[in-house]
Amino acid sequence: MDAKRIYLDHAATTPAHPDVVKAMQPYFSDIYGNPSSIHSFGQEAKAALESAREKVVVLINARPDEIVFTSGGTESDNFALTGIVYANEKKGDHIITSKIEHHAVTECADFLAKRGFNVTYLPVDKYGMVDPMDVKKAITDKTVLVSIMHANNEIGTIEPLADIIKIVKEKGVFFHTDAVQTFGHLPIDVNKIKADLLSLSGHKFYGPKGVGALYIRKGTRIVPFLRGGAQESNRRASTENVPGIVGMGAACMIAQAEMATAALRETALRDKLIRGIMEKIPEVTLNGHPTARLPNNVNIAIKYVEGESILLNLDMMGIAASSGSACTSGSLDPSHVLLAIGVPHALAHGSLRMTLGRQTTVSDIDRTIEVLPPIVEKLRAMSPLKKGGK
Amino acid sequence: MAGPYSEKVMDHFMHPRNVGELPDANGIGQVGNPVCGDIMKMYIKVKDNIITDVKFQTFGCGAAIATSSMATELIKGKTLEEALKLTNKAVAEALDGLPKVKMHCSVLAEEAVQAAIDDYLKKTTGKGLPGFKPHEEPLEEHEH
Repeated sequence: MDAKRIYLDHAATTPAHPDVVKAMQPYFSDIYGNPSSIHSFGQEAKAALESAREKVVVLINARPDEIVFTSGGTESDNFALTGIVYANEKKGDHIITSKIEHHAVTECADFLAKRGFNVTYLPVDKYGMVDPMDVKKAITDKTVLVSIMHANNEIGTIEPLADIIKIVKEKGVFFHTDAVQTFGHLPIDVNKIKADLLSLSGHKFYGPKGVGALYIRKGTRIVPFLRGGAQESNRRASTENVPGIVGMGAACMIAQAEMATAALRETALRDKLIRGIMEKIPEVTLNGHPTARLPNNVNIAIKYVEGESILLNLDMMGIAASSGSACTSGSLDPSHVLLAIGVPHALAHGSLRMTLGRQTTVSDIDRTIEVLPPIVEKLRAMSPLKKGGK
Repeated sequence: MAGPYSEKVMDHFMHPRNVGELPDANGIGQVGNPVCGDIMKMYIKVKDNIITDVKFQTFGCGAAIATSSMATELIKGKTLEEALKLTNKAVAEALDGLPKVKMHCSVLAEEAVQAAIDDYLKKTTGKGLPGFKPHEEPLEEHEH
């Protein structure tokens, strides 16, 4: 196939920005010292590390000593949950989270639940929104942590964090948010919303893979997740991933400069794609909130067809997307997020996620709107769920 | 760009054989359910104990569509006894293999053939296929 390939899976990962790659380059074999070493090789690396830290904090209005670099979003989430819970064992044993969190949070909560902690998984409405009043009702005097994501990675719904955190802080409980999908894409001010912990990941905003961070509000006691060294002020052992951290710092600079215009541009493309699909394909519904939504996220349920077969067909046409289908993950259950917002099983299996990025063009959107309808028509024609073929 | 699948699976997925409904079918079987995400409907026309025509409709992933397509090819023109000997392994092998997590699709294809023959036998002899019981739940009319 000669046509240009179109990548609509930016929620899965983004390409590293050329400036990011350039910034990282010297830190593999020129400036290769260990930041913990006192000699000049080490101190050069240490300086790069601290400079990157200052670039990260600008995006969330934090202080440099409130950032712990990690290996990515999953580690940050695991660190936040286990670290807070184990540091507050004497205070309580109750955790509140939602049914639509990333698996890095839910499976960690499941793990803690099996070890005697009590976990409340809050329901969400049909758009995937957590009701702040549900949070209020769920908090007990044993609650130590509330963890609600900033925006959902599958359906793009942005949670009413400020309202939720206000309630949580009134009760003196710690609040963590997984901001992996929003950091570098939407403005966040940890002091304004009063989050105590926030997870972020480098490769979701044009930084490198294998690096992320956890923001930890100053004065918050936390048990380390990795032990065996004094790095990151005794909060995360292991020699720092200097090239990755430098790259993520560079990505923060780019995000700072481009975030506002990128969000506007992507929102317009997103709504064009949603409209185009709705106009051309009958019996299609939008999953997630229509407006309180990530600027780059489109998630649609397509009746009578299964997600993986749409993805394979799109891939043959050079378009890369993702689905809520079980078949792509190897398990039989469709997405827990789609089930939580009340999408019926068959429809959850037929959901398609397209996430746009800085390189997505209007013609990419036009092409997708042109390519998708015949694929759906072809698959519906062979579906036993669609009465009378098409 | 075949992803997890063999070229043969992709060929049958992109260009499925014998797809559609069969108006003069005298045996129709349906297996799977929307909860697991795969539904196969198999139509057969039997004459003098031979499957003279076969068609399928499938809601499912790439492997589900490819195994349905391959199963129809493997039983077309065969006697009922021969068709009943079709195993899921034979379907998978004819497709040059399936990823482990997709083997259940080949089981569904085998059962779809049996369900169609079971229906034919019920209609013609009043008695279904001895011991036939697809292990998936029957299709629910409602999607919940």
